[in-house]
Amino acid sequence: MSSAARNLAATAAPRTNATLSVEQVSYAYSSNSLQAPLFTLEALSLQARSGEILAILGPNACGKSTLLNLIAGVLAPLSGRVLLDDMVTHTMAPRLRAQRIAMVQQESRLLFPSRAWEFVMQGRHPYGRSLRFETEEDVAVARNALAQVGAEHLTDRRMDKISGGEKQRVILARALAQQPVMLLLDEPTLHLDIAAQVDLLDALRRLASVNRYIVVVVTHELNLAAEYADQVALLQRGRCLRVGPPASVYQRELLEQVFQTPLTVETGPSGRPHVNVWSGKSTERV
Amino acid sequence: MQPLTLRRLVLRCTALAGVLFVVVVLALKLGAVQVSLYGLAQDLIRFALHQTKEISSNYSLIVFDIRLPRILLGVFVGASLAVAGTSFQALLRNPLADPYVLGVSSGAAVGAILAVMIAPHLALSPDAAVLLTPVGAFFGALVTIAGVYLLGQRDGEIDSTTLLLAGIITASFLNALIMLLLNLISGRDHGGMSFWLMGDLSTPLQDNLQWVMRAGFFLAAGAIYTTASDLNLLLAGEKEALHLGVDVPRVRIVVYVAASILTGLAVSVSGAIGYVGLLVPHVMRMIFGSDHRILIPAAAFGGAIAVVLADMLARTVAAPSELPVGAMTALAGAPLFIYLLRRRMA
Repeated sequence: MSSAARNLAATAAPRTNATLSVEQVSYAYSSNSLQAPLFTLEALSLQARSGEILAILGPNACGKSTLLNLIAGVLAPLSGRVLLDDMVTHTMAPRLRAQRIAMVQQESRLLFPSRAWEFVMQGRHPYGRSLRFETEEDVAVARNALAQVGAEHLTDRRMDKISGGEKQRVILARALAQQPVMLLLDEPTLHLDIAAQVDLLDALRRLASVNRYIVVVVTHELNLAAEYADQVALLQRGRCLRVGPPASVYQRELLEQVFQTPLTVETGPSGRPHVNVWSGKSTERV
Repeated sequence: MQPLTLRRLVLRCTALAGVLFVVVVLALKLGAVQVSLYGLAQDLIRFALHQTKEISSNYSLIVFDIRLPRILLGVFVGASLAVAGTSFQALLRNPLADPYVLGVSSGAAVGAILAVMIAPHLALSPDAAVLLTPVGAFFGALVTIAGVYLLGQRDGEIDSTTLLLAGIITASFLNALIMLLLNLISGRDHGGMSFWLMGDLSTPLQDNLQWVMRAGFFLAAGAIYTTASDLNLLLAGEKEALHLGVDVPRVRIVVYVAASILTGLAVSVSGAIGYVGLLVPHVMRMIFGSDHRILIPAAAFGGAIAVVLADMLARTVAAPSELPVGAMTALAGAPLFIYLLRRRMA
């Protein structure tokens, strides 16, 4: 039990400061090596530190998810490199990479439904041999991960029998069970109602500071990103137009040009920028 | 939260081994010639104690020389097909994948028949010539799964429907090829059409092939078992598994090669038996859940039980004449499959 207790402490304890640096990373995708690339991500650089939330914003097909996969190290960049501390992410061994970097995907499909705790336990896979039985330590880490996202009551529920918001929390718990240095999320708020979105982002904010994660999140939600992110990277058609704190990126002309929609930017009640989108005659807040 | 422990795994496997034992005893007893259960029990104990002289000779001949080898063959064939089916279903993320549906069994049969055809032209000793058949079947299976995997892709990713259609078309093409090849070599002893297309356990096996079958099964099933935790993660998709630290290309190679060995061995000794690789994993998943650390051994036992039972019925329903075992698995399997499909949709 003592090892379990030690590990419990390890999940919650602040980690040493880590730095993500994306250095002049570019990428090109083509269906066929002889043809011109269908999609190009132009060289871009950015940095993020433990405890920070970096949001990647932009319209559809701007390269957000590609950038996230490059950061995750599952795609090899055409040029440049992504460093997590001193390690190049795409050359790390899969197991080691999964101990440092956890990814929450847009959708987690399950062929055969499992229980929430079994799902969270998958996050322990990078620790230990491929074929092994879970240790007390693994159980303690999984329990703690579920507790950290407020999902203990879901432990024995089946993944196909819980709501979208609950499912998203369990998926997040699995990422926490990996005990990563960096947490990547690809549109985690998609398909969630507004309360669940705020819940999830509150949890992220809290986790980023308590567990000292570097959090990188790809999202469409301009206002939620403004509210929760320390840094924002704005992408358009494979080009990174600006990186910085929300107040410096959220400028009317820039956003109107990127999103091709008339909008206004004001300062919200929290002191952070707030975007209003106008559609025709009707006025609709996003 | 109840993670799988070694203790629970052993308990469940022991229970399944018990069921398999009962089925084997039943299969030893039933047949065209009746054997009393009491006499059989006595003989089994004597057999175990190596007091073979005290067993009456006609019992001994029927039970231990004819029925037992056939039952053991069924055990290994069933276990091989079910383990191959389980791993195909996980790796291809398709609950309908199995060696028979994907045409891999037919590919193995073509490979085996080709090996039978070329064996006389190679200056091989009779012992080595016998072993050429499973080797041919293995390559036939491997080439077919590679082909179906490539044909089943759409936009660089495996697409369930495309994969199944590719498998079904491949199977029907290869089955036609089997008939063509069998016609070309008719007159020589190569097993009949029903053997390769339906599966049959009645052909006795040479000793060395028996040993190759057993060693091959433990080697290949063992290799697949080492990837059990990886297969659990692959159920959620290759990308997701990659993010969780699974070396996806390595797992894919290990499982495809090992599953091809299992299919090749099973087909070269028993022809193409359907439904075992498809249904046994589903039934075991309903009982034990979808954790491959328990599912793979459970499927091995389940496959063995299913094939021994099916062969027992195939020998007895129309006794003294026999059905091919594949006809029996299809007779029992197709309705069961429809039932599971309806249940899933409900």
